Amino acid sequence: MSGEAGWLVAVVLSVVGAATPLLLAATGELVAERSGVLNLGVEGMMLVGAVAAFAAASTTGSDTLGILAGAAAGAAMALVFAVLALSLLANQVATGLAITIFGVGLSALAGSGFVGIALEPLPGLAVPGLSDLPVVGRLLFGQDVLVYLSLAMVGAVAYFLGRTRLGLILRAVGDSHDAAHAIGYPVVAIRYAATAFGGLMSGLAGAYMSLAYTPMWAENMTAGRGWIALALVVFATWRPWRLLAGAYLFGGITILQLHAQGAGIAVPSQVMSMLPYLATIAVLVVISRDRAKIRSSAPASIGKAFHPAG
Amino acid sequence: MRIFTTIIALAAVAAAGLVAPAGAAEPMKVGFVYVGPVGDHGWTYRHDVGRRALEQALGSAVKTTAVENVREGADAERVIQQLASTGHRLIFATSFGFMNAVIKVAKRFPKVKFEHATGYKRAPNVSTYMARFYEGRYVIGKIAGQMTKSGIIGYVGSFPIPEVVRGIDAFTLALRSVRPDARVKVVWVNSWYDPGKEGDAAKALIDQGADILVQHTDSPAALQVAQNRGVYAFGQSSDMIAFAPKAQLTAIVDNWDGYYIARTKAVMNGTWKSTDTWGGFDVGMVKMAPYTNMPEDVAAMARKVEDDIRGHRLNPFAGPIRNQAGKLVVKAGASLGDDVLRGLDWYVEGVEGELPK
Repeated sequence: MSGEAGWLVAVVLSVVGAATPLLLAATGELVAERSGVLNLGVEGMMLVGAVAAFAAASTTGSDTLGILAGAAAGAAMALVFAVLALSLLANQVATGLAITIFGVGLSALAGSGFVGIALEPLPGLAVPGLSDLPVVGRLLFGQDVLVYLSLAMVGAVAYFLGRTRLGLILRAVGDSHDAAHAIGYPVVAIRYAATAFGGLMSGLAGAYMSLAYTPMWAENMTAGRGWIALALVVFATWRPWRLLAGAYLFGGITILQLHAQGAGIAVPSQVMSMLPYLATIAVLVVISRDRAKIRSSAPASIGKAFHPAG
Repeated sequence: MRIFTTIIALAAVAAAGLVAPAGAAEPMKVGFVYVGPVGDHGWTYRHDVGRRALEQALGSAVKTTAVENVREGADAERVIQQLASTGHRLIFATSFGFMNAVIKVAKRFPKVKFEHATGYKRAPNVSTYMARFYEGRYVIGKIAGQMTKSGIIGYVGSFPIPEVVRGIDAFTLALRSVRPDARVKVVWVNSWYDPGKEGDAAKALIDQGADILVQHTDSPAALQVAQNRGVYAFGQSSDMIAFAPKAQLTAIVDNWDGYYIARTKAVMNGTWKSTDTWGGFDVGMVKMAPYTNMPEDVAAMARKVEDDIRGHRLNPFAGPIRNQAGKLVVKAGASLGDDVLRGLDWYVEGVEGELPK
């Protein structure tokens, strides 16, 4: 493998690593938001997923159990949110923020016994023959299972939302919960399911952080990636395939900024940290200028409490 | 989260203050304020090791309180104030960013003694203390000079403050004394502790040709990356060999035990004075972790350098020193004094990139 290609492959691999947690969390949040639920608790759910995954993997020695534990923990946090916001009709924004703060603290408490433990990172796939191909080998066939899962889920969610009846119902619930209720669809049940899915994906994103990205547990290790995932959903105007592009773009910016520094280019690192949010604001401005665009972009009932009338 | 922890900690401190037994030989209360979690396995962890050493040495004569994850700023002032007002006679504030909070609270509590780590403002009841970590940086620079093949060293920096710049400069001076063509690439992650970013920075540096990593951040993430990628690295603040058994060459270990015990005893005896302590190998404030993963002659060389610095025969900042532009700023025979070192804000020759302002 020539030097140039080797360097490029290494950079792309780093970008894949940086993008995967964003993609996992954002995909889950996208489904929740398309059903009309604005769950701002992504950061908290990711951290709880991270600590659960690490705890399970380090005590049982099984990465699979770790991944499952992370997903379950994320879903559990999401269900707490769901009970508060969907059944008790608490304000969704406030509840989401509370879940984040709660998740940060709970994960730190639960994780205090796991600090200083090192784990082997999630193994990459080893497809005989294919993984050894030059350049594409490691890139396409040598990633760990969560990377492939993140990509598969984007496709699955896109198919589900766009081409299945249940996906249509979910979108209907998100666009007009009163109309959906009038037709007879179980709005609250659908939102519960969507929220739980969102939490499950956030938990997987956290599991990726603590099992593959930096295989350790450290308080607050997601360091704001949950917020970036939230911004990512808006940046992608709630469309799954745009999520993919956005996640790799946001991940790429981080990695590129570090490379720029290493190459001696004096880009203030704070500017680079701002870029994902600046990009999201720009997208919001663009889609808000046209009333028709807004209607076709954001789920119309997002964040609104559902009061069944009759 | 930090607010949550701080509130819980404050409540606990207040409760402890109320429940303190009123009897003869009441233990002296000593407070510790940490900027990060004890679980960072680095900077804060080593301060906590010092705190536990203090408890072990003085037993029931002393009672310590530690508050972790205290963010620099208003939070810090509240926590330090709370400690001062609940009977703590000596308070250690272990981060540069606590400086203004310490000075403010010290004015309101003239009888309480404060010790501020890595700061430069003092008062009649405020001392400052710091360790000459750059001595350790010099040792690892020599090791890196021997061990590097590509001649490119990756340096994961936190914030461009003088302490970090001192470390980079001392390291580079030692590196180039062994390998004159070696270069140091610095990446700033703008955090003392962010495993994800530190890991990313490490990957980026390795991808740019670095075959040895150095860090001035607190998590073992960069070492893990080094281990996975098959390059060498140095641990920071504590021995991180558990995270990188094949990659860690050594680590610079902070050792606050002796200082904490001595200062607490001074308060007990009434001999405490406001001082500025800047100790290195000579007083045991800086130690090196066991030398691993290197040939024995490199380890022997490192031990000799350590010894020479300890015995004041070798000064890491002795001339000739050229700045990044190649201009000779310190002649042979002269050296950079402590006051220059305290405010050091320029790179020496061999460091790539611009120092952010």
